Amino acid sequence: MTSHISGQRFAELHLDHVQRAFGDTVALKGMDLTIKGGEFVALLGPSGCGKSTALNCLAGLLPLTGGRITLDGKRIDDLPPEKRGFGMVFQNYALFPHMSVRRNIGFGLSMRKTPKAELKRRVDEAVRLVQLEEHQHKFPAQLSGGQQQRVAIARAIVLEPPLVLMDEPLSNLDAALRLEMRTEIRRLHQSLGLTTVYVTHDQEEALALADRLVVLRLGEVQQVGSPEEVYAHPVNQYVAGFMGYRNMIPVDVTSQEGEHATVHTDDGIKLVGVKREELTGQAVAAVRPEDFTVVSEVGENTLEAVVEIVEYHGREQAVEARLRNGSPLHIRTNSRLAPGDTIRLKVPVERVLVFS
Amino acid sequence: MKARPVVWLTWGALAFFMVNLVGIVGAVVTNSFAESWFGTWLPNGYTGKWYGEAWRDYRLLDVLTVTFQVAIAVVVISVLIGVPTAYALARRNFPGKKLLNVLFLLPILMPPMTYGIPLATVLYKFQLAGSMFGVIAANLVPAVPFVVLTMTPFIEQIDTKIESAARMCGANTFAIFTRVLAPLLVPGILAASILVLVRTVGMFELTFLTAGPTSQTLVVSLYEAMSSAGIRPQQMVDSMAVIYTGSMLVLLVIALRFVNPTQLVTRLKDTA
Amino acid sequence: MTATLEQPKASVRHRLAEKGVDRVLWLLVPGAVFVILLFVYPFLYGLQLSFQPKGGGNPFQNYITFFSDEYLAETVWITLRLGLPAALFNVLASIPIAFRMRGRFRGKRALTTLLVIPITLGTVLTAEGLLAFFGPTGWFNRIWLALGADEPAKLTHNYWGVLFSLIITGFPFAFLLTLSYLSGIDPTLEQAAATLGASRRQRFRTITMPLLAPGLAVTFCLSFVLAFSVFPSAVMVGNPAGETHVMSIAAYETALRDNDFAMGSAIAMLMALVMLIVIGVVLIWRTTLYRGATGGKG
Repeated sequence: MTSHISGQRFAELHLDHVQRAFGDTVALKGMDLTIKGGEFVALLGPSGCGKSTALNCLAGLLPLTGGRITLDGKRIDDLPPEKRGFGMVFQNYALFPHMSVRRNIGFGLSMRKTPKAELKRRVDEAVRLVQLEEHQHKFPAQLSGGQQQRVAIARAIVLEPPLVLMDEPLSNLDAALRLEMRTEIRRLHQSLGLTTVYVTHDQEEALALADRLVVLRLGEVQQVGSPEEVYAHPVNQYVAGFMGYRNMIPVDVTSQEGEHATVHTDDGIKLVGVKREELTGQAVAAVRPEDFTVVSEVGENTLEAVVEIVEYHGREQAVEARLRNGSPLHIRTNSRLAPGDTIRLKVPVERVLVFS
Repeated sequence: MKARPVVWLTWGALAFFMVNLVGIVGAVVTNSFAESWFGTWLPNGYTGKWYGEAWRDYRLLDVLTVTFQVAIAVVVISVLIGVPTAYALARRNFPGKKLLNVLFLLPILMPPMTYGIPLATVLYKFQLAGSMFGVIAANLVPAVPFVVLTMTPFIEQIDTKIESAARMCGANTFAIFTRVLAPLLVPGILAASILVLVRTVGMFELTFLTAGPTSQTLVVSLYEAMSSAGIRPQQMVDSMAVIYTGSMLVLLVIALRFVNPTQLVTRLKDTA
Repeated sequence: MTATLEQPKASVRHRLAEKGVDRVLWLLVPGAVFVILLFVYPFLYGLQLSFQPKGGGNPFQNYITFFSDEYLAETVWITLRLGLPAALFNVLASIPIAFRMRGRFRGKRALTTLLVIPITLGTVLTAEGLLAFFGPTGWFNRIWLALGADEPAKLTHNYWGVLFSLIITGFPFAFLLTLSYLSGIDPTLEQAAATLGASRRQRFRTITMPLLAPGLAVTFCLSFVLAFSVFPSAVMVGNPAGETHVMSIAAYETALRDNDFAMGSAIAMLMALVMLIVIGVVLIWRTTLYRGATGGKG
């Protein structure tokens, strides 16, 4: 399938200290970010972290209370949304309930006074692209969630916008459909090359889709990087927690040498790990559940725990165990374990991240 | 935000409307306190005596008692009849439901005069006109449908699973009504009651058509006082009108505490 | 009944259950009895009474009299001439004001309350106020004359007084309804239109108005009912024997002053008919509009 839809590429969209306050609360605290043409950027964080605020500021739906946004050197933050020409997919889709699928998709084109023949051709193409040929004359209320989602995407991309903004577009769909639409969005991005900013609270979604992640917390950028970088090398405890480091073991720092730090738990077990921040006294050792291996003997970087709960997950088991000092531990393993077993868990040095 | 001409025009027109409204109300309030007021900017002296005289001459205590009795009776009866009806309409589909819905909509859509005159005729036929009973019955005609109309969507939004859960816990129908539904319905019933109260106190036509000398509510005696003015000074009618507006204002302020005016939409969207 | 009794009991229950008839429907009995006794019966009684003219003879005599007596026939036109403009004005004026009142801003609650207060005024205070304020020596005309007018504007005891009274008492209702319909429209729809390049005016024309129109139709109908039933203010601030001799006055005077209940009922029936025609026309127009949900989710 060939497509003529393609965004007008820009070189660089630059957010310079973008700030947004609501009364006394600052939802976005001086965000700096540069987005290159063709990139897929995900803004990631829990609700209230400022990711949607950032998106609305980009769209022009919220005026800034500080900073500036430039597109290839031209200032755009003083333009109203309709003058920016960005496409946006809303969380609740915001389909016009009184218009058919085709009229929804063609709305932006008719606002631009596109000639009839061209409008028809482009709507046809967009309908084909999101595979809604059978449903193009229906109204939004007659469509399923996934179909509505496709209409919303088609409506945003039919204008070939330089930038597509997506605000948690998959959060209203059920699990199976969410996976399907995720692939769909990735496919559209790969084939059309539209620059996209995608807001989500789901780290799996962000990792799967984005070229680059921006992790936000309380209105502040925590880390910007490729999925691999953020996943393997989170800069702080918060990002680590978001990236699946479920075990945060409280420890005391014994010694630090170069990249590594030696720490011990309050009942004297020694762990060596990678130092991710400047450390003093107390610290946290972060380990992913899947980085533990069950071993038979006590050795370097080995913890002893008692199994409490075992969940069967097919190929592997999710195990909740407890260290001797009482702190809980989450483990994923192929070994068959039963509640009450005493186990020894080894973790490689480079898979232990030590944060202050 | 840039202020556009449309915005200025809107606020300007609104301000003009408000100024005139303040003038209209102000004129009545001023006159009710006026010693005498003929052809000048302001009256030549102020007094509160008209309130006392109106209170005595128009026997306002009796009138207010009647108003109160009628309004409370209408509220209680319309809730007792309206809420079960609303429940059945909200929860069941049955043959003839559409017809019943229309029948409960018509008394609200019809001008009170159109059914008030035949109703008064019927009441005269059965010698019920002029009594408290007649006034209450007439006021119930729009009040019951009003309760049904406001309560049906309110009941619809209560999850039926809550009732099923109560049943699974061993509650019988009566217990479900008193222990589960009633507490959930209280806010809706309260809102509907207050709106019915406001409407009944303000309802002129139906009371006027059916009331006798001892069953007049405040609106009606106010109207009678005004149309028979000339015998008594204008100021007395005005002070009575101020009393009426004052009591309506109290009711409205109470009503606004319980009812968000912008929520009216969900109620009327499905019915009308 | 006898046929069903011969069937096994369970089968009747099953068939009723299939139609959704069960014990819950007993709850409808008081409501149904009430509406039939106090609304349907009097209405039908009035209808048949209107075909029994006081003097006997032709059953249609009351209606013939109504349309052949110019003084009576004219009331239809007089009432419409008051009711339609008042309802139209109230609805149209509500739109821009409700539009300004969307969203949150400081003092919104106070302003809403201020706009709703006229509900409490009641017809008599409004009438007294209009007579005093717009009267020949009232504050309005004093300012009017001070501004250089030659003679006081005549705004009471005529058409204008009644129209003003209908606007003052009717506007709060129209405004509240319009505001609630407008608040029911998902604001992200307009935002979506904005990101698609629609200007403020285009958003209003293509998104807000089409979604608001069905609500406005209902608002117009309810405002019209209020204005069409005008009675006390037409007597007090109008000219009840002439310019504002509306149908309500005609019906009331014939029935209760002249004791011709048959003729009074006939006028009441005609009043209901005229009103149903107007509302019917508006509602038929409304069926041509989109009437589904106005929220974001389908």
